[in-house]
Amino acid sequence: MRPKQTKSLQSNTLAGWLMSGPALLLITLFLIVPFLLAFWFSFTNQRLISPNPTQFVGTSNFEQLLGVGTLVLQPEKAEDGSLVVSATGELSYPRVRDFTRNNPDFQHLNGMREWFGWEWGNTKILVLARDLVFMKALTNTLFFVAIVAPLQSIIALLLALMINQKLRGINVFRTVYFMPVVVSIVVVSLLWRFIYDGRSGLLNNLLQFLSFGHFQPVDWLGNPDTAMWAIIVMSIWQAVGFHMVIWLAGLQNIPLTLYEAADIEGASSWQKFRFVTWPGLRNTAVLILVVITMQAFALFSQIDVMTNGGPLDSTQTLVFQAVQRGYEQQNIAGGSAISVLLFLIVLTISLVQRYVTRER
Amino acid sequence: MAGLSLQNLQKTYGKVEVIKGVNLEIEHGEFVVFVGPSGCGKSTLLRMIAGLEDITGGELSIGGQVVNAMQPRDRGVAMVFQSYALYPHMTVYDNVGFGLRIKKTPKDERDAKIREAARILQMEHLLDRKPAQLSGGQRQRVAIGRAIVRQPEVFLFDEPLSNLDASLRMDMRMEISKLHQDLGATMIYVTHDQVEAMTLADKIVVLNAGVVQQVGSPLELYHRPANLFVAGFIGSPKMNFLDVTIDEIGSGVVTVSGPDMKPVSIPVATDGLKVGAALTLGTRPHQMQAADHGPITATVALVEHLGNETIVSLRLPSGKAIVAALDGDFPVTHGATLHLTPEASKAVLFDAHGTALQVT
Ligand SMILES: Nc1ncnc2c1ncn2[C@@H]1O[C@H](COP(=O)(O)OP(=O)(O)OP(=O)(O)O)[C@@H](O)[C@H]1O
Ligand SMILES: [Mg+2]
Repeated sequence: MRPKQTKSLQSNTLAGWLMSGPALLLITLFLIVPFLLAFWFSFTNQRLISPNPTQFVGTSNFEQLLGVGTLVLQPEKAEDGSLVVSATGELSYPRVRDFTRNNPDFQHLNGMREWFGWEWGNTKILVLARDLVFMKALTNTLFFVAIVAPLQSIIALLLALMINQKLRGINVFRTVYFMPVVVSIVVVSLLWRFIYDGRSGLLNNLLQFLSFGHFQPVDWLGNPDTAMWAIIVMSIWQAVGFHMVIWLAGLQNIPLTLYEAADIEGASSWQKFRFVTWPGLRNTAVLILVVITMQAFALFSQIDVMTNGGPLDSTQTLVFQAVQRGYEQQNIAGGSAISVLLFLIVLTISLVQRYVTRER
Repeated sequence: MAGLSLQNLQKTYGKVEVIKGVNLEIEHGEFVVFVGPSGCGKSTLLRMIAGLEDITGGELSIGGQVVNAMQPRDRGVAMVFQSYALYPHMTVYDNVGFGLRIKKTPKDERDAKIREAARILQMEHLLDRKPAQLSGGQRQRVAIGRAIVRQPEVFLFDEPLSNLDASLRMDMRMEISKLHQDLGATMIYVTHDQVEAMTLADKIVVLNAGVVQQVGSPLELYHRPANLFVAGFIGSPKMNFLDVTIDEIGSGVVTVSGPDMKPVSIPVATDGLKVGAALTLGTRPHQMQAADHGPITATVALVEHLGNETIVSLRLPSGKAIVAALDGDFPVTHGATLHLTPEASKAVLFDAHGTALQVT
């Protein structure tokens, strides 16, 4: 009986292809083709609309994005070899511009701008970048991921542990925590803009109320020091419910008798978590870490709705930059190059995560 | 010394009464088996003793101390679960030593105890494996090992062998029996397999619907069941029941007969009996002989030749079925008519409530 059945399944491969056809077509059209196109564009000078034909430019897009250099500045000295000191007692240094604008001795720094620097005795060491905005976007994104990935996983786990208890009315909490996930991120971002409003926002009002009026209102999204943190808090709030549900599924997969056995053996709550719960959640943890990391790298909608990358580029992110360049600046090649870099970063991190959390 | 005393122990889930007042005394070192049909509350009673279920009413003492409100770990009990409840990510060594590790037993002492347990259970070669790499019987051994390293006063087993195949079950049964002799600890064992109960127990507790039906040694239960439920539950094949009425009352003996049986005299305490009263006669298949003028006449419906005996199912004139276990080479064929004699001294009479009549 069995061989015949297999045969009839195999002879229906055409039906199989037909059934998966629509999905395959859409995936090809909207995932695979754009991916390949982005790869190709990143090596050209493609613009959104341009009368000139597209040209292959090699890796110059990437050089433009990733170009960094260092500049060591010595304090200026007077004729007699003594240091020039200004009226306020400060040393005087040559201008960076003199090195980065058409200086034949410093060709490799041409067009770069100061990114950050530090002092070493009297010497100033500066790191220059060719594309400051991209560097900002890169560091901001990495910062966002570094804060959000661990914090969001841990908060989601704590919520899941709390919600996994058999208490009356616990379903209400499950619903409440999950609700933000269901609401569109654009809507959530709009709402949080009101919460963060600098004058009459909910957050300022609340803090003023709690501090009996001593708190000075902060323009959370308008201040370069707070804008990224505001986005981080809001992003964690929005997505934590989703990961809570994944943790919850993992928790409920752990057989109850393991806890009962641990009870009889005399394990404390912490020991039960340490020896039963946590090992039982290993696979879930890997999944959650990878998913959160990828989602965090894709940070875009919040920025687009709430800050547009500002103030002072303090909330620029890679995806936001890719979109801005591609569509607002019509520089498809530049946007594609950023996308390709992002892809490589996420791929590397995922592989590292998989290696670190592999089954030993 | 850890005897147990259960006094009017009760358990209700909401409005559902599961354990309806159990009184039981268990001596130190006794092997007690709880048997009963599925859903009768065996596991619940055991889990109440372990401390995994709250006690709704009554009093439970272990070693003379009331433990109703005590945590499982403080009761000095170890439990072996039907599902083994081994920690999947730990090796056998760590599984067995888990309770000692929790108690912060010094490492070399712990090691010695684990190896001793492994030696007793003949699983020294398995210590480095994970539970997933073990067979069912080996897992059960590990679960038992985890119980014995802690040297508890009381062992609790909840159907520990029900996931094993028949021959392995027999081996493990003998091992548990041997373990009981070696350790001399109190053991409480739940099963719904009456063969396990008969072979292992010093004392059997028959439960039905949360009520203790009878407590006694295996042979007591077999020969002098307290009621129809115990009579039907203990013994294989099951005891036969015939409807009879009292014809005549002598001194220490009554003569009964029924639609399927000519008069037979049975020794019994006659106080309170009246001629004409309806009773039930219980006679075991192994306590019936084929005889030319036997009081029971029946038609053979099914013959099973087992070699050492022949199990014959018969149909009575009233349509009821009975079973007789006859000699191994007894010549009998399907459809034949047989005359049977119940062994009067071993037959049991039950009154209208199903309670066995006393024997003087
Ligand atoms: N949490 C609960 N809520 C309500 N009723 C329960 C609960 N747990 C068990 N019961 C009921 O209690 C009764 C006894 O259950 P228990 O598990 O003790 O049976 P058991 O004798 O061990 O049966 P089995 O041989 O099938 O394991 C059952 O009728 C069951 O439906
Ligand atoms: Mg049970």
